[in-house]
Amino acid sequence: MTKTATQGSRSADVCLIGGGLVGMAIALGLQRNGLRITVIDEGDVALRASRGNFGLIWVQGKGDTLPEYAEITRLSARLWPSLAASLKHSTGVDVQLQQRGGLYLCLTEQELDARARMLEKIRAAAGGDYPYEKLDLKQVREKIPEVGDTVAGATWCPEDGHVNPLLLLRAMMERFNAQGGVMDNAGCVETIEHHSGGFRLRARSGGIWDCARIVLCAGLGNRELAPQVGLSAPLSPNRGQVLVGERVRPFLNYPTGYVRQTGEGSVQIGDSKEDVGFDSGTTTEVMAKIAHRAVKLFPLLRDVKLVRAWGALRVMTPDGYPIYQTSTTCPGAYLVTCHSGVTLAAFHEGPLADWISSDRHDPSLEVFHAERFTL
Amino acid sequence: MPNASHFKRLPMRVGEPVTVFVEGRAIEVESYDTAAAAVLIAGLVPSRTTPTSGSARAPYCLMGVCFECLLDIDGVANQQGCMVKVRDGMQIHRQVGARDIHESPQETA
Repeated sequence: MTKTATQGSRSADVCLIGGGLVGMAIALGLQRNGLRITVIDEGDVALRASRGNFGLIWVQGKGDTLPEYAEITRLSARLWPSLAASLKHSTGVDVQLQQRGGLYLCLTEQELDARARMLEKIRAAAGGDYPYEKLDLKQVREKIPEVGDTVAGATWCPEDGHVNPLLLLRAMMERFNAQGGVMDNAGCVETIEHHSGGFRLRARSGGIWDCARIVLCAGLGNRELAPQVGLSAPLSPNRGQVLVGERVRPFLNYPTGYVRQTGEGSVQIGDSKEDVGFDSGTTTEVMAKIAHRAVKLFPLLRDVKLVRAWGALRVMTPDGYPIYQTSTTCPGAYLVTCHSGVTLAAFHEGPLADWISSDRHDPSLEVFHAERFTL
Repeated sequence: MPNASHFKRLPMRVGEPVTVFVEGRAIEVESYDTAAAAVLIAGLVPSRTTPTSGSARAPYCLMGVCFECLLDIDGVANQQGCMVKVRDGMQIHRQVGARDIHESPQETA
């Protein structure tokens, strides 16, 4: 975050609106394709799901009603090691990637059975190629001896993993800047004008940007921006509260759906799903529920001290799946929005950025158009 | 452990005399002092090592924010020393790296 807005117009090949994990991943992919990129970011007042998320690279259960989503999720998980390695190589930042499997712990047999049925359905849709196992308590304890007696079992997927999302954002920013990218972090974009040569963006700060193409990566902010370029972003906020415990010695070898241990030893405990509008605060009742569940899953957390808690807003479409779409009325305008910006970061930096760079129609992405919500 | 503290006590309200043990050594403090103040008076530097790099640290903000004063107090690890008032006979030890939660459960102070 070095550059701030100046008066007068400036130009770029592509302007991305939104400098979170989604925008920065695509920005790096576009730079890889030789494009001159400006990222226009709202700054520290942004809602920024990227700084509140849980850090999972999560495959199991994603796309139970949309096989294409399961496919891009798994593709991204496969691309993640090379993304992490190249970030380390270019910036020296180790994003703490670990992909040796993950567990979704269930407290009741019914929950475990329902989950296994859901994963079996995804496996069938994938033609049998979908790795997961249903584990009983004894099998879970072979992987994590510390789980509590009231755990019924878990579903295990060897492709799950986790990463430090804050280090990821920092590494992507550093690389973007080192590669000559321009970051305008006083740039809450208010209007987008389309003309024959491209786009003119006006920020609240008075900054003006001219560019041939734009990519909307503004999370919940896409709601107001998309209609200006003939796109639709029917997004709503969904709050998740997260607790952070003191740093303790490594005790958890695998991330789980609700508890993970960071590379520094902090215990991160999630989460809630709440429909409370744009309120990103925390509440005692929800924090108590989250803590109670975590102690049932891992009784040894009983006296771990909590040091922080926060709320953050997920960026949700009506069906939970991403929107990847280019505008037909304003060619050169793209919309990219999803709620799994960590898991999909490698897909965004790779195939999705290549699609935007090439400016060609990709029929495989049609299932992610927003028209699905109006059919 | 150095014996001389760099800190001088300024005149303010006077508490009762209290004896605490810093790494086993008896230290005279006052009842309004905190465990963090006790380790500063004792000259216990470093008073902890960090979980990630093992680097040396000592109490810093003294107002509950920076977590640099983590101590093992009466057998309870990872306590913010600046948030804990001294008690007669309190046993204060360095917090070395991260706490091991596999050890026997602790009472929360």
